[in-house]
Amino acid sequence: MIPGPFSYHRPASVADAVKLLSKLGDEARPLAGGHSLVPMMKLRLATPEHLVDLHGIAGLKGIRRDGNKIVIGAMTTQHELLASDVIKTSLPILHETALLIADPQVRYRGTLGGNVANGDPGNDMPALMLVLGAVYRLEGPGGGRDIAASEFYQGAYFTALEPGEILTSISIPAVAAAHGYAYEKLKRKVGDYATAAAAVVLTMAGGKVATCAIGLTNLHETPLLATDAANAVIGTSLDAATLKKAAAAAVAIMSPAADARGPVEYRKHVGGIMVTRALQRAAARAS
Amino acid sequence: MNDMTPTREQREAKLEGMGCKRKRVEDIRFTQGKGNYVDDLKLPGMLHGDFVRSPHAHARVKSINSEEALKVPGVLAVITAETLKTVNLAWMPTLAGDVQMVLADGKVLFQNQEVAFVVATDRYAADDGINKVVVEYEPLPVVIDPFKAMDADAPVLREDLAGKTSGAHGPRKHHNHVFEWTIGDKDLTDAAFNKAEVKIKEMISYHRTHPSPLETCQCVCSFDKIRGELSIWGTFQAPHVIRTVVALIAKIPEHKIHVISPDIGGGFGNKVGAYPGYICAAVASIVTGKPVKWVEDRIENLTATSFARDYHMTTEIAATKEGKVTGLRVHVLADHGAFDACADPSKWPAGFFNIVTGSYDFPTAHVAVDGIYTNKAPGGVAYRCSFRVTEAAYCIERGMDILAQKLGMDPAELRLKNFIKPEQFPYHSALGWEYDSGDYHTAMKKMMESVDYAGLRKEQAAQRAAFKRGETREIMGLGVSFFTEIVGAGPSKNCDILGIAMFDSCEIRMHPTGAGIARVGSKSQGQGHETTWAQIIATEIGIPADDIMVEEGNTDTAPYGLGTYGSRSTPVAGAAIAMAARKIKAKAQMIAAYKLEVHEGDLEWDIDGFRVKGLPEKTMSMKDICWAAYNSVPPGMEPGLEAVSYYDPPNMTYPFGAYICVMNIDVDTGVYRIRRFYALDDCGTRINPMIIEGQVHGGLTEAFAIAMGQEIRYDDEGNVVTGSFMDFFMPTAVETPHWETDFTVTPSPHHPIGAKGVGESPNVGGVPAFSNAVNDAFSFLGSTHIQMPHDYWRNWRTAKELGVFA
Repeated sequence: MIPGPFSYHRPASVADAVKLLSKLGDEARPLAGGHSLVPMMKLRLATPEHLVDLHGIAGLKGIRRDGNKIVIGAMTTQHELLASDVIKTSLPILHETALLIADPQVRYRGTLGGNVANGDPGNDMPALMLVLGAVYRLEGPGGGRDIAASEFYQGAYFTALEPGEILTSISIPAVAAAHGYAYEKLKRKVGDYATAAAAVVLTMAGGKVATCAIGLTNLHETPLLATDAANAVIGTSLDAATLKKAAAAAVAIMSPAADARGPVEYRKHVGGIMVTRALQRAAARAS
Repeated sequence: MNDMTPTREQREAKLEGMGCKRKRVEDIRFTQGKGNYVDDLKLPGMLHGDFVRSPHAHARVKSINSEEALKVPGVLAVITAETLKTVNLAWMPTLAGDVQMVLADGKVLFQNQEVAFVVATDRYAADDGINKVVVEYEPLPVVIDPFKAMDADAPVLREDLAGKTSGAHGPRKHHNHVFEWTIGDKDLTDAAFNKAEVKIKEMISYHRTHPSPLETCQCVCSFDKIRGELSIWGTFQAPHVIRTVVALIAKIPEHKIHVISPDIGGGFGNKVGAYPGYICAAVASIVTGKPVKWVEDRIENLTATSFARDYHMTTEIAATKEGKVTGLRVHVLADHGAFDACADPSKWPAGFFNIVTGSYDFPTAHVAVDGIYTNKAPGGVAYRCSFRVTEAAYCIERGMDILAQKLGMDPAELRLKNFIKPEQFPYHSALGWEYDSGDYHTAMKKMMESVDYAGLRKEQAAQRAAFKRGETREIMGLGVSFFTEIVGAGPSKNCDILGIAMFDSCEIRMHPTGAGIARVGSKSQGQGHETTWAQIIATEIGIPADDIMVEEGNTDTAPYGLGTYGSRSTPVAGAAIAMAARKIKAKAQMIAAYKLEVHEGDLEWDIDGFRVKGLPEKTMSMKDICWAAYNSVPPGMEPGLEAVSYYDPPNMTYPFGAYICVMNIDVDTGVYRIRRFYALDDCGTRINPMIIEGQVHGGLTEAFAIAMGQEIRYDDEGNVVTGSFMDFFMPTAVETPHWETDFTVTPSPHHPIGAKGVGESPNVGGVPAFSNAVNDAFSFLGSTHIQMPHDYWRNWRTAKELGVFA
């Protein structure tokens, strides 16, 4: 539990960080909240020679409205998300989910950017980003670019980030005021990754589902958008048969790993239940 | 008397003696981060050691190359078994009569076994060095499943035992066999089964788990070459035993060994035994002439130093149709891992497992335990348990529920029918114990009334009906547990460690101004001894607890004690404290008689001093007697006021309790909800009710963890898959249920203050209550016994196997 030697860098601007990461190459890792990277370093499963700490960069933090979007700085902590009125009123699913991430100590330090950029299938926020249609702003040696969250995740810990690139902010389009939402997470204890989790954002019209998006956490090597399951509920009043159909459609795309949380069959089974429960709870919240 | 004269109640209250909810004095430093733990110790020039560990569960070690490691800046030495052989320390004796490799000698027998010890100027350099040591392994076939360990063609694990047909505890019948231990009347028991009207038989496993104290095992060893003295600061639950072990194996005269246990952050049995880290740090200090610190990390703690349980108990009960038990037969397969490193009293290779007849009047019983070797970490320690009592309690409490199910009887009713009756005490059990006291019926009935047991059963019937109608997906279980413990090891007639009788000790010195110090052979790891020991003395000699300093853990100053584990502190050390205090009081009475110019027999004790019978105004307080002890003792009497007592208990003590757990389980996810947990404990005389309540809360939380998810699990290759707190279930305050506590008081007739010990009861009694609740919940769907741990996915699997999703 003792990390190997490394050099520590604390750039003051995004440009400097990008320059450092480009120059140092594969042996450098950006450091945000450190809750994934530092434990891996202590186990010497990660042995970066250089850590580029992003905490010294002003402007990577904060939550602001930008027209029809909400823009969140990548270094905004889970605690800051929880403390934000903008999030609570406009993106309440983020608030609900942040509360299910570990414990207050972790949330004081852990960042939204780190959570979504690391590519860890166990992280909770990426599925939400898919459901909400978020766009990530990346800055790299070749300049900046935007990429949809749905294009970002390629495999466990593999993302669209190019060498030298860092995530600087996340833009989330406004959600209809009357939307319903739910994040259902089954975990063994505080601090655990999800055995299975489902995020739902939907709108209702005349007692029927008008729009719906369903995201899945830790049920595949990347977060998943359960499009067939969402389509199955649109136009329905979420009757028992529909819920069963939607859960089955979601289960069909799950491929979790067997681990101490349970065998594959169990994790898929409860994944379907999380989808069902999230749909019901979201519908009850929609006005 | 004027208004300022304190009343009797005020004088009594001022003492904060026995029965008082005195706040824990040690918490003043703990809550302010001012505790003094081993890892706080920093000595000038101190070096740091850390282990190269085996990635394999079973492999031959072909070579160890330290060349590159020694080039790492700061690395001073790499110690291997070859180094240790030069001082005859490559192997060490275990407390169970086995031997254990200190560092891999030719082969490794479990994953994370200690292979080499790297010594460096700081912890970082030591770890850098570890990564540069090159070890060449040749993997060998592994034995993980205990039921396959004694197959004829099972791989030979312990080559060092080749040709040895007997071990410390008798004959060995297979190359992976450690011992067979039997007790009870086999013929009589077989006969009882032959004519039994009703029988049950079930293999009940108590899975492998770990005590996992928050502070891991650690030490600092410092050898002074000039004086030839070795000082060891360590996380030792039994510091004097460690001193003697070191003297025996390192051949250093015992008076030149100073063992000091500073504050300890939890032990739970993990810190009783001796580990390779201690030996390596001591050797490293002797070799380098500098202090050497060794601190285990969490993964090392969970995977290498002493696991607990791993008992597989084939349990049979014979009974009449009416539900009267007539016989008990248990065969245990005991998985000890690579070395038998149990910390049991020497003559008890299966601990006090023969308490397995529990609280019930079994006319006959027979137990056979087969200890075996596997490619797992060594041990078998008593995790918050008095030597296999947890396993025994789980075995009989599950067994009684299974029998009740077979008879179609209520499990509480079956227990009431079979309890040992109050008039049967002292009770001689079929397996050889003499239960000192008990009143089981009163405790059980109080529990049943407190929770409205009949009402809960009605609610459960309604819930089951609703489940069958498809109106709910939750099932409800009631887990009853009525345990009898055996603690306070122990009487010299049957208990010793390495030949040293398991007494305990106390020395009290009263100072002239009426304050004093008590040094005790036990060692608190969080139990609150500094608080409670002073309370015993306060009541015994009438000096306020606040004026008594309690000191433990320094072998140079504390009288020899056998340490703290197995709930032995209050039964044994607590008795020594009371006896030492009574010696003080006896001398004080002589001094008071002399000063008051009366005969000793004319004095009577009155809360905080003596008074002359019939003359209530003629008194002498204990405080004044302390002063007099240093200036005007009776002619011929030695001055001073000190006493030492070594207490060899005449018997064990037998705490008991009635617990119940009310639980709902969602069959779709396996998620359980502990709705209620009520724990009634009878630990005899209660010294500090607040500390007892805290002990019960802590032990129940551990029981909850063990029953509902905590395990040390290995895959088929012998890799530990639960080696960190991510996967080893350590509940937080969020998961922990609310605890309701209650009590009855049945004092021990042979203990000086009637106390029995309580620390381990909630772990012992709690596990069966949780497990019985899960089993009870599923029983109406057709199950008889479901193995622990009862985590979510396993509950779901049970539901699935019982056809809930069909």
